[in-house]
Amino acid sequence: MEPLETKQAYQEYVDKKSPNSPIWKNCFNAFWVGGLICTIGQIILNICKQRGFDTATSGTIVSIILIGISAFLTGLNIFNKIGKFAGAGSLIPITGFANSIVSPAMEYKSEGYVMGVGGKMFTVAGPVLVFGISASILVGIIYLIFNTQSITLV
Amino acid sequence: MDIDWSQVFNIASLLKCFFVGGLICIIGQILIDKTKLTPAKILVTFVTIGTILGGLGIYQYLVDFAGAGATVPLTGFGYNLAKGAIENVQTSGLIGAFTGGVKAAAGGIAAAVFFGYLASLISKPKMKKQ
Amino acid sequence: MQKIGKQTIKFDNPPTILDCASIVGPKEAEGPLAKYFDQTLDDEFWGEKTWEKAESKIIKETVNTLISKSGIPSDKIDYCFAGDLLNQCISSSFGLRELNVPFFGVFGACSTFVESLSLGSICVESFAENVLCATSSHFCSAEKQFRFPLELGNQRPPTSQWTVTGSGAAILTKNGQGPYITHITPGKIVDMGIKDANNMGAAMAPAFADTLITHFIDTSRNPSYYDAIISGDLGHIGKDIAIDIAKSRGYNIKSNYNDCGVLIFDKETQDTHAGGSGCGCCGTVFSGYFFKQLKDKKIRKILLIATGALMNSTSSQQGESIPGIAHAISIEL
Repeated sequence: MEPLETKQAYQEYVDKKSPNSPIWKNCFNAFWVGGLICTIGQIILNICKQRGFDTATSGTIVSIILIGISAFLTGLNIFNKIGKFAGAGSLIPITGFANSIVSPAMEYKSEGYVMGVGGKMFTVAGPVLVFGISASILVGIIYLIFNTQSITLV
Repeated sequence: MDIDWSQVFNIASLLKCFFVGGLICIIGQILIDKTKLTPAKILVTFVTIGTILGGLGIYQYLVDFAGAGATVPLTGFGYNLAKGAIENVQTSGLIGAFTGGVKAAAGGIAAAVFFGYLASLISKPKMKKQ
Repeated sequence: MQKIGKQTIKFDNPPTILDCASIVGPKEAEGPLAKYFDQTLDDEFWGEKTWEKAESKIIKETVNTLISKSGIPSDKIDYCFAGDLLNQCISSSFGLRELNVPFFGVFGACSTFVESLSLGSICVESFAENVLCATSSHFCSAEKQFRFPLELGNQRPPTSQWTVTGSGAAILTKNGQGPYITHITPGKIVDMGIKDANNMGAAMAPAFADTLITHFIDTSRNPSYYDAIISGDLGHIGKDIAIDIAKSRGYNIKSNYNDCGVLIFDKETQDTHAGGSGCGCCGTVFSGYFFKQLKDKKIRKILLIATGALMNSTSSQQGESIPGIAHAISIEL
């Protein structure tokens, strides 16, 4: 075997040589941890509804509580261990979004509270807001275009 | 007001929530393991997909079915943004497209910023043991 | 000093490696080589406020240990060659700013240790009496600069390597009793188009093989001439690839070849995936383990080839491939 003949041959050879992630195990862990986080959210949501909050407010309360828990666990240096175990199971729920804001804030504390914490806080989560908000504005505009008859343009 | 705990721990709704939430996470895990996408790009992908599906009205069915199983994952964050934008367009026109999304997601964003700053004040990073 | 073959330098009065020192972090202290290091730390901050300060302190204290061990005071050291992974090599320059020795900052990514030794040897052979060579890396400062914040809950892929926290330093001297640095083979930059920053071993292995084979051709030696052929930080995957490439070129290195990144951690219990990496990997394992083996005459001839990945976080974000480099020194008793 001659692994170094061309760059492409080498890439293929390396792909064959490199071990794959244990995808079944990872997916299983992601499934039950992710499911559990959502279930905790659902329980909080049900309690809020029982308390008489409307759906939107209940949803916001769920987000704030889960984000608070995630930030707290990140501060206690525990979240990265959960993340290592669960992968997408803790990344994809709103907990992962909170962790991606809290972790750079902690990391860059050494560069000061304004430009370090304040400036670097959104290094990972910034793109999420940029794309999410931009997409929502587009959705709003497109909705407006398709429903011009029923809505008065202010 | 008394809380009806049988409603809070409604097994059928919790199971639906668990399975849908878990399945969304499995999609994310496959993206992590099978592609070279970084966590930030995966989060962006999920939010964007959620916003689009929310805008098309498809995600609403999933939310009706699974509740927090659909709203807690980041796709739900995107759905929330889209829903807010549409609702505000209905009430205040074009300006609503700009204010609606962030308004709907304001609680989450503000909480993340505030708790993030707080956590950085009181604790510092530690080395991973593994 | 003369050039032989294509790129190898042979020394007429080979410089001696007088002494070495090493300090490692807590994870390395749990590894199989723990007892060989001069000092092991319990805490990766080592009482400092930042990772960067901690890394500077590690290299500073390693050099201080070396000075007291070797009995060569700093005013007898003519020049110092040192480098690390942080932007503009701040660990070395901040750590050694109070040393009062003429300083050459060296950057060769993880190949810095051998690059420093090579340049130091040329210095000693030509005009200097004593030359200090040092290098360091720190897991946390490297993660922060190259990857993600430590507290981010992400999964490391199985091909990823673990940056060694630690520093290795060596003093070269003109009239010593060995071990001698007899040859150096500075490596070429080799880029085989690997773009995955989580698979450094694969990116650097072709450079390793290129330097290895060039060294054998230039010196008319073969793999069995050496008791040990040691690469810097190819890790488990890179090591396998290196053996394959060497074999395809007609050199069987399987029996006497190993890698510092493979040796420093226990793969099964320490969960370091593909093994150790970083400037400190080659630096500490050579200074701690192999130098003592040479001193005890358990091994007599080593070919040390440190490998480096010449990229930064900007280049990988821009989708550039990772150029590799490898420098070899032949150390003999």
